[in-house]
Amino acid sequence: MSFNRRQFIAIGTGVSASAVLGLAPSTASAAGELAQAAIDAFSGDATPAEGKITLTVPEIAENGNTVPVEISVESAMSEDDYVAEVMILADGNPAPGLATFKFTPMSGRANASTRVRLAQTQDVYAVAKMSDGSVYMTSKSVKVTIGGCGG
Amino acid sequence: MASANKPRVKVPKKAAAGDIITIKTLISHKMESGQRKDKDGAAIPRKIINHFKAEFAGQTVFETVIEPGMSANPFLSFSAKVQESGDFQFTWTDDDGSVYEASKSITVS
Repeated sequence: MSFNRRQFIAIGTGVSASAVLGLAPSTASAAGELAQAAIDAFSGDATPAEGKITLTVPEIAENGNTVPVEISVESAMSEDDYVAEVMILADGNPAPGLATFKFTPMSGRANASTRVRLAQTQDVYAVAKMSDGSVYMTSKSVKVTIGGCGG
Repeated sequence: MASANKPRVKVPKKAAAGDIITIKTLISHKMESGQRKDKDGAAIPRKIINHFKAEFAGQTVFETVIEPGMSANPFLSFSAKVQESGDFQFTWTDDDGSVYEASKSITVS
């Protein structure tokens, strides 16, 4: 049977509406998905394990424009066994990436401090990739009283 | 902020061979994230420092890929293991291709 124009347009609108809904989840889960996608891309074949990373962030950030973040990863930092990269992310920011630190055996110690913008109360993640490809991950929640993404 | 993107670096002047020292760096930069809108509602384009590198005697010690989530006036503190006297070279790269540099010497006994 053939559809008349009215039925065809109704079906078409229904299909595109559900497609739009499927691609545009709520802001909270969208940011979670973006962060997860970044973590997956960074980890490659490895599954992130717990441990080795110490992530230091304030429990409450008075000013979301400048929140101190420090990471430290246990490692010999020798030529054969060192921390290659540590990525930090904020899963509630419009774009989750904050920074990726790259270490070498000359670093001596795999630690770094910086200051980041947090748009709202959310989780900060640190993911570490070792020279042998293994991956570790940890996260901490930060309460933000004044958001820091220009909004 | 001053028009110059001035870097400031803190490196110990002296250390013993094998010491792990702490280096602190700061550069003045607005770090326009691309999220802000001007009064007409148009997005202000992103312009940030996107990369930092610390080298010693030509070898990379530490690097950071910087995203818009980093605060204005990027602060980075990290460690370096020193074995001999020499110069640290620090390089910051802006989205627009500008490069800012600083260097510091250390005497290692």
